[in-house]
Amino acid sequence: MTTQSVTLKTSSQFKFHPSKYILEGILLLLFAVLSFTAPGFFSWPNFFNIIRNAATNGIIAFGMTFVMIAGEIDLSVGNATAFYGCLAAVLVRDLVAAHFPMLGVVIFAVAMCLIVGMLAGFFMGWVRSRFSVPSFISALALMFAYRGGAHLLTDSFPVISFPNWFYFLGSGYVFNVIPFQSIIFVIVFALMWFVSKYTTFGRAVYAVGGNAESARLSGINVTKMRMGIMALTGIFSAISGLIIAAQVQSGNPTVGAGEELNVIAACVIGGVSMMGGKGRMWSTFVGVMFLRLLLNGMTLLNINEYWQYVAKAVLILGAVLIYQAQETKKA
Amino acid sequence: MDNFKLELQNLTKVYPGTVALKDFSAVLDGGKVYALLGKNGSGKSTLVKCISGAIQPTEGKMFINDRPLEPKSPIDAFNQGIAIVYQELSLVRDLTVAENILLGRYFKKGPHDLVIDWEKTNQKAAEILAALHIDIPVQATVRSLSVGQQQMIEIAKAMSYNPSVLILDEPTSALAQHEIESLFNVIRSSKEQGVIVIFITHKLQEIQGVADYVTVIRDSVNIGTIPIAEATPKKIVEMMFGKVRQLSRPNLIVSKEAVLEVKQLTRKNKFSDINFKLYKGEVLGIAGMLGSGRSELLRSIFGVDHFDSGQILINNTPVTKTDIITMKKMGLAMTPENRKEEGLVQVLSVRENLSIANMYRMASHGFLNKKMQDPYVEQQITNLQIKIADSNYLVSSLSGGNQQKVVVGNWLNTSPQIMFFDEPSRGIDVEAKQQIFQIMWDLSSQGLSSIFVSTELEELLEVCNRVLIMRHGRIEQEIDPGQVSLDELYSLCMEA
Repeated sequence: MTTQSVTLKTSSQFKFHPSKYILEGILLLLFAVLSFTAPGFFSWPNFFNIIRNAATNGIIAFGMTFVMIAGEIDLSVGNATAFYGCLAAVLVRDLVAAHFPMLGVVIFAVAMCLIVGMLAGFFMGWVRSRFSVPSFISALALMFAYRGGAHLLTDSFPVISFPNWFYFLGSGYVFNVIPFQSIIFVIVFALMWFVSKYTTFGRAVYAVGGNAESARLSGINVTKMRMGIMALTGIFSAISGLIIAAQVQSGNPTVGAGEELNVIAACVIGGVSMMGGKGRMWSTFVGVMFLRLLLNGMTLLNINEYWQYVAKAVLILGAVLIYQAQETKKA
Repeated sequence: MDNFKLELQNLTKVYPGTVALKDFSAVLDGGKVYALLGKNGSGKSTLVKCISGAIQPTEGKMFINDRPLEPKSPIDAFNQGIAIVYQELSLVRDLTVAENILLGRYFKKGPHDLVIDWEKTNQKAAEILAALHIDIPVQATVRSLSVGQQQMIEIAKAMSYNPSVLILDEPTSALAQHEIESLFNVIRSSKEQGVIVIFITHKLQEIQGVADYVTVIRDSVNIGTIPIAEATPKKIVEMMFGKVRQLSRPNLIVSKEAVLEVKQLTRKNKFSDINFKLYKGEVLGIAGMLGSGRSELLRSIFGVDHFDSGQILINNTPVTKTDIITMKKMGLAMTPENRKEEGLVQVLSVRENLSIANMYRMASHGFLNKKMQDPYVEQQITNLQIKIADSNYLVSSLSGGNQQKVVVGNWLNTSPQIMFFDEPSRGIDVEAKQQIFQIMWDLSSQGLSSIFVSTELEELLEVCNRVLIMRHGRIEQEIDPGQVSLDELYSLCMEA
């Protein structure tokens, strides 16, 4: 074969593409405007407050990013937070009543939540591949099951059973300034960012979401992939549910309703495609922060909280319109 | 009855850089079926698109029943009497046959015609079907019909508009043998109503039963129209391919060592009792008409689809578990039939697409970065001459030929010992085809064995050193491409 030299330009991947960072630009602008207009905005306690409030949704959003890149959707995550909070609280209550030591019981309860969350995800991924049930449907079913389960476990009353030190998870501070849950949030982000960029699992997520049949014919086990991906939102919503339980100091069956839509909103604002194959962890991080910054600023500016919904609406549609415009320009 | 006439004068269609149709002239008479033949990319579909208004010819004139025909759009052409039935069916599957035929033209009754008169509507639809000798209840939902029956309803719907010209674009490609016969009856009934029928097909063996004339296009030029009585397979192949090109296959060195052996492999309704051996360094072709089971056989061996019975041996070792992942480990690789739907992930870059099949081997302990990918990626880009400035570009931005090379490269990265090429030349230009063939020969000289499946039989003669002939799911014969001419190969594949 005649060898024709083809030089690979690798430089372009390091080139700065301003159009790729529009959202970041607007976020900085918003940050600047709020710094000058919103009283008390530009201060460390407030920044930590923002990232603290971002944690419970944000942790799940990084799992949801993978789920959406894989072309799936998980609607169960909001109600899942209520269920896992209640599951932990009930386990602690009953096992302590049966004279097991508190520390062991809490560790067991946390582990159970993570395991059940993972198994629920495995199940959804398996049903998706084995019976071709769209994840929207099985997640919808699971969403109702979680809510029902939370109420049945607790008889619809908050279960107050956690020891005081457990509340550190939801309201503790490290060095008296850094909210503990925001550390979890940042760790989950860093981990998922790494997985998405530098592991075979992360790369295969994009292939499965971009074209599941091509991925299958290339010898990627699509069923296993889907099970693993759906397990992520299961585990992350269990973590998030435990944090919420620690915040409200009980297993409360009414928390988390509708939060799945906020999680999906953050991903969409970050540019994750509903069609699969496209999305970045960093963008989801930006999407999560954007939502939180906006809500925080509006609260500080004393704007009627119902305007927050309108602002969210504008943000979601605006972001998606920008992405669409970029797509059309490329094509 | 009117005698319809379609006249084409010097039709020419020029695209930037290529002439898709050159000086095409013909006169088509009503009450006749014209089979339109030509290879992929010969200009067949350009001609049909000109007539049906999908595109406008650069030069030339068309007359329908001596009136000028200058359709600006498909709807415009339709209103002037050109009806076309596409391969992809456009029926509303959950409505009834009658509703589909008379969609938007229901009979009405009551004050201000507000109510649909179902009795009259169904009756009219039944009349339309009866005129074409189609025996399907008008109140059946289309979903409950077979593909062949749906195809007939499409024709009935087109005929109900009383067109002058009825164009059928490969109507039989998805049909079973007995359905084809019923469909031909419908075509004959349409013809009796005086319509000009243009019948596009790839299956040479079919035209004898239904066509009156055969028109052949080759390299954008009208080669001629001959009555069906003169259209022997030999004559048609001559017209379609011109002088068969000189073979340029190098002498492949094939050892006696079988790398793959298939014993009595059977998959119900797809193929049965398949036995063959693939030797080291060989390029083995499988020839057969559409639906003969070639692709299905490859897919079953590779573990994409299951099989019912039989045995597969790789390097004389029986394979106990046939799934894609196991087969990949055993050194098998397959470039699938549909590049876009099965071979590539269009939203990802060239680099990612060259890494999917081999991802787990490039990585170390599940970790993967560009540094680990790049040696593999660059090797394929260089060896396969994939024309691209930057491996970060989306694979969808490449030409068909380069996309095909990416599919091949993705699999070569797994260092296979056996490659299956399923229709690798589909939809790519002549130069890219030659490059793909060259790749197969190069692989052969490196000791790789290939199985090559193609609808274009002349490619098999050009590329392979041994060809198996498959008919109706069975391997019927083995030929030496040096000993057999193209028209002989065609008749071998067609033989009932």
